[in-house]
Amino acid sequence: MVKNSASNLIEIDNLNKWFGKFHVLRDINLNVKKGEIIVIAGPSGSGKSTLIRCINRLEVFQSGRLTVDGVDLVDDVKKIELIRKEVGMVFQHFNLFPHLTVLENCTLAPIWVRKMPVAEANDVAMSLLERVKIPEQANKYPGQLSGGQQQRVAIARALCMQPTIMLFDEPTSALDPEMIKEVLEVMVDLAQSGMTMMCVTHEMGFARQVGNSVVFMDQGQIIEQNSPEEFFNNPVHERTKLFLSQILH
Amino acid sequence: MADTDYHFVRDSLIAEKSPPASTVGFVGWVRSNFFSSAIDIVLSLIFLYFGIRLVLLLFEWGVTSAVFIGSSREDCLDTSGACWAYIFAKFKLLIYGFYPVELRWRVDITGAVGLVMIIALALIYSYGTKFLKQHFTSLFIIFVFVVYPIFAFILLHGGSFGFVKVETEYWGGLLVTLVIAYIGIFASMPIGVVLALGRRSEKVLVRLVSIIFIEFWRGVPLITVLFMASNMLQYFLPKDVEFDKLLRVLIGVMLFSAAYIAEVVRGGLQAIPKGQYEASQSLGMNFFKMMVFIIMPQALKLVIPGIVNSFIALFKDTTLVLIVGLYDFLGMIQSTFSDPKWSVPQQSITAYAFAAIVYWMFCYSMSRYSMYLEEKLDTTGR
Repeated sequence: MVKNSASNLIEIDNLNKWFGKFHVLRDINLNVKKGEIIVIAGPSGSGKSTLIRCINRLEVFQSGRLTVDGVDLVDDVKKIELIRKEVGMVFQHFNLFPHLTVLENCTLAPIWVRKMPVAEANDVAMSLLERVKIPEQANKYPGQLSGGQQQRVAIARALCMQPTIMLFDEPTSALDPEMIKEVLEVMVDLAQSGMTMMCVTHEMGFARQVGNSVVFMDQGQIIEQNSPEEFFNNPVHERTKLFLSQILH
Repeated sequence: MADTDYHFVRDSLIAEKSPPASTVGFVGWVRSNFFSSAIDIVLSLIFLYFGIRLVLLLFEWGVTSAVFIGSSREDCLDTSGACWAYIFAKFKLLIYGFYPVELRWRVDITGAVGLVMIIALALIYSYGTKFLKQHFTSLFIIFVFVVYPIFAFILLHGGSFGFVKVETEYWGGLLVTLVIAYIGIFASMPIGVVLALGRRSEKVLVRLVSIIFIEFWRGVPLITVLFMASNMLQYFLPKDVEFDKLLRVLIGVMLFSAAYIAEVVRGGLQAIPKGQYEASQSLGMNFFKMMVFIIMPQALKLVIPGIVNSFIALFKDTTLVLIVGLYDFLGMIQSTFSDPKWSVPQQSITAYAFAAIVYWMFCYSMSRYSMYLEEKLDTTGR
């Protein structure tokens, strides 16, 4: 067993998960230190989304151990909610609440889950909307925004809970090419501010620019993990080389 | 053959122009909707002809040859039109039933408070500021579901706070119709929502109980429910325990309606994408908060037409209480037929026409309000 140092924010130990009889995650071992940016890459169906969804218990795993900031993720509603407060998540399809305005999207959870006073929640939300560069859209509904704007709101919404870790599940995959950049800029800014991040993404430029480590997955297992320079310049495993040759032109 | 030249660069952008005059405005609307083709013109003219004929016929029956003033059957004997005088003479009976005349002010006050409440609710949701809406929603829910029913019970039924008791067997007419409709509509809503959630629960037992409950009430005709409520229930209870008949009917109607609402709400829940649940959960919301703030507002908004449809059906189904001996609005109308003082050829047709108008007014208001709400709550940005 791997002995983990205290600075690890996320510790994943021999995690296994099945969908029915299908073995989607196999013996996953991964540690994330505070302030680290981990990029998870891999072909579709490799289990990368499932892995980060396990971290805030959107997916249940059958064996292994997962701790977030020292809290053991077990089948206990209180602990799950505790972890979810600490872990922000951004989805591929934004998943904004269409019946609430942008500002309400951002303040609902801080007010009702974090018990933040309304005025303070509004201030926090506005400053974060400014940070993602859309304060002027605060009173619009998500349906009135472009995809890129919606995803930036989703990032602000997650940040409003003041999480210690941010998970990104293919945040730019559903966006037009012109909008990918504005979302990536926000993510880079966030990475440079010291946030701990786990990103499932195909944006290799992002991985090179701010990533501390790239994890390559295939068929439910980690195939290769390395620093971005080594990963892109000297891939070792054949599968990694094949993958890179197909996505980098 | 000359070489094709693919080169094109726009040197100035095209300015915005207005559409051709014949396609916009009233003229354009009439032209495109009624006279756009030969078949269209023929159809429009046919509809116009029959429409005018129908309106004239109704106008003649209901207004020009109708009798408005009169005190007995003699005034209505010679007319081929409606005998409205008879409706006017029986009007109070149709509204209050046999509720004691000197106590009818209690019904009036209950009705007036209810009306004010519903109008205030509608106005605040339509024109109120965000602040008002947010702070009054929970207050109004308490008022509609708890305060008003208690208030109405104290005033209508009496027997406490110094009010003389009026047994429900004296209630009748529109009063009974509205009491049953109100309870059927507002009490079935929360039960229906709980049942809908129960039917989608991951816990097998909860799901099973919900399914059995819903399928039982949906599979039984309302007439059977009413019969069972008014006759059979007594067999299962101790001899000396006696429930009020109206109360038994109310419980039957409420559970019956709840099963339908449950299925409508379940349809709405199914339309909410999984991402909405995941986003709520990822923000740390528990099941209750997720339902109250995220899922239900969206699901209920989607099924407004279905819910209102159920309510309209229920409103009209309240007439079935006649068969267990309660005199609702329609029952009261039928009971006036036995009065020899007003026995004229036009009696029943006038009475049923009046009933149709009253039921239609209530149902159409509900329908319009639901359409208005749908528009109001639409945030898709279209």
